[in-house]
Amino acid sequence: MSTGNVESWDGNIMDIGPIYPFVGWEGFMVVLCVIFWVGWHIWQIKMESKRLQTEAQQLRQGGNLQKAVTEEHSVQRM
Amino acid sequence: MSDLATALNVLFTEFYYWVTVVMMFLIHVGFCTYEVGVSRRKNHMTTLMKNAMVIPTVGVTFYLFGWWFYSSMINGPGFVPGGLVTAHFAEPWNELMGAHMGGKPVQTDITEADTALWARLNGVFWAAFLLFSWTTASIVSGSIIERVQSGAFWLIAVMLGSVTWIIDAAWGWHPGGWMVQLLGYHDAYASGVVHAIAGGTCLAVLINLGPRIGKFAPDGTPRNIPPQNPWLVCIGLFLIYTGFWGFYAACNIPIFDVQAGDGVFYSATNIYLQATTLSAITFNFIMALCGGLMAGYIVSKEDPYWTFSGGLAGVIGTSAGNDLYHPIQALIIAAVIVVIIYKMHYWVERKFKIDDAVGAVAVHGYTGFLGVVAAGFVLWGYPSSPDALLGHAEPWARVTPWGQLIGAIIMFWVLGFIPGYVLSWILKKVGLLRIPREVEIAGLDHTGFSTAMREDDDIRAVLAQEGRTAAAE
Repeated sequence: MSTGNVESWDGNIMDIGPIYPFVGWEGFMVVLCVIFWVGWHIWQIKMESKRLQTEAQQLRQGGNLQKAVTEEHSVQRM
Repeated sequence: MSDLATALNVLFTEFYYWVTVVMMFLIHVGFCTYEVGVSRRKNHMTTLMKNAMVIPTVGVTFYLFGWWFYSSMINGPGFVPGGLVTAHFAEPWNELMGAHMGGKPVQTDITEADTALWARLNGVFWAAFLLFSWTTASIVSGSIIERVQSGAFWLIAVMLGSVTWIIDAAWGWHPGGWMVQLLGYHDAYASGVVHAIAGGTCLAVLINLGPRIGKFAPDGTPRNIPPQNPWLVCIGLFLIYTGFWGFYAACNIPIFDVQAGDGVFYSATNIYLQATTLSAITFNFIMALCGGLMAGYIVSKEDPYWTFSGGLAGVIGTSAGNDLYHPIQALIIAAVIVVIIYKMHYWVERKFKIDDAVGAVAVHGYTGFLGVVAAGFVLWGYPSSPDALLGHAEPWARVTPWGQLIGAIIMFWVLGFIPGYVLSWILKKVGLLRIPREVEIAGLDHTGFSTAMREDDDIRAVLAQEGRTAAAE
């Protein structure tokens, strides 16, 4: 079994084209890459939005914002 | 490659671009450094992360479609015939977008000539252009610090770094670009195609984003928010200068037969395949840097940040014509532009309440715009490209002030400002552009990005408590 097209490095180098594994699956790998890229942005935006909203809510409570400004507490410990 | 001369040419070119990529990495390090230096301590790590993550977000998308845009869109929106140009080597599913030895292709849409040409150059060309892309996105990053959501910025970075800037490069920074053909557009080292477009996008995003809390007094008077660490800011700009050498080198082709018709003559060329020398751009780079630094020092009344920024603006302002200028011309153009953009920065800040934290719109946007226009006057009548070498019987347009002005408008306003405004407006409407007010006041790093920050907070908390106890007693 071999995942690549290279049978031997001893032959005519000019016969060697792509040397990465799974030649022929490039289209599928591009689809995976697009899913990874779009999915990352969606995940990141949801994660950041949730964190910012949570922090903002914490800071609105009591004197938390004033404490944060005077650097007595970080939001994590409020 | 059984012929030694051919092998040396190809392998040297491959290595040449690889080295420029390494050098240009310093631009990104410099941008991160100076951006963090400008930001207040409560935002340092978020500021760093925001710019650092330009690398993957623009990197992935430039692989997926950015590189293809450059190679396929040179004919623009129908001003010259030809439509989309076939560029299989730049399609992400093409075998030449991966490790390849240059032998017989497996895929049927490319030939052995394609693989022989691109196998050793595609990756390094792609990376060199990608580094330009990071630079365009980084320019925006600094201006919007301390109040933008990182996710919003990364979407803007993808738009600018992998779509709009690379389309403008196809139009005006390619030997066959339609702006080169019709307008005689000449922008050898990217005053317009990198800096003006990034500045235009900056301005658009800043309008929708709004100023940092406290930047303007209730009566509208701008307040100075000084850099947290001016020393680090200047080192960051020094790093950008250093990386800029790689940027200039990457805009050249190191060895190319520039002789049209009979005969052979090998030379370095600029991006338009016009013969040039590294000596020419070295003279002009350094003299422009000198002019910018000296003008920045005087006009800002010895302010270190604006002196260093003036040096950068000096180089950017002359980049459009630094392949052809005389060094003293480069010095004078740089100095004049730096004085103008310094004044414009503060005028726009006062007049329109634009809070540009690092002066990016001025140092890149106005400077790039003015640099392109200045080249139209100083290089008036020069051929925009070696059209005969490129096989065109009819000469293309020559460099003119109006051709350069139209080109600068396309860069700053059409491809820079308008897409930036539309995307940031949409992000604003869906609540993704700006962080909540409370978080902005408290600081983005209060989420606990930095251990050092929390430890320091503890010390400050103790000191604050001791202060209150002492006052009560």
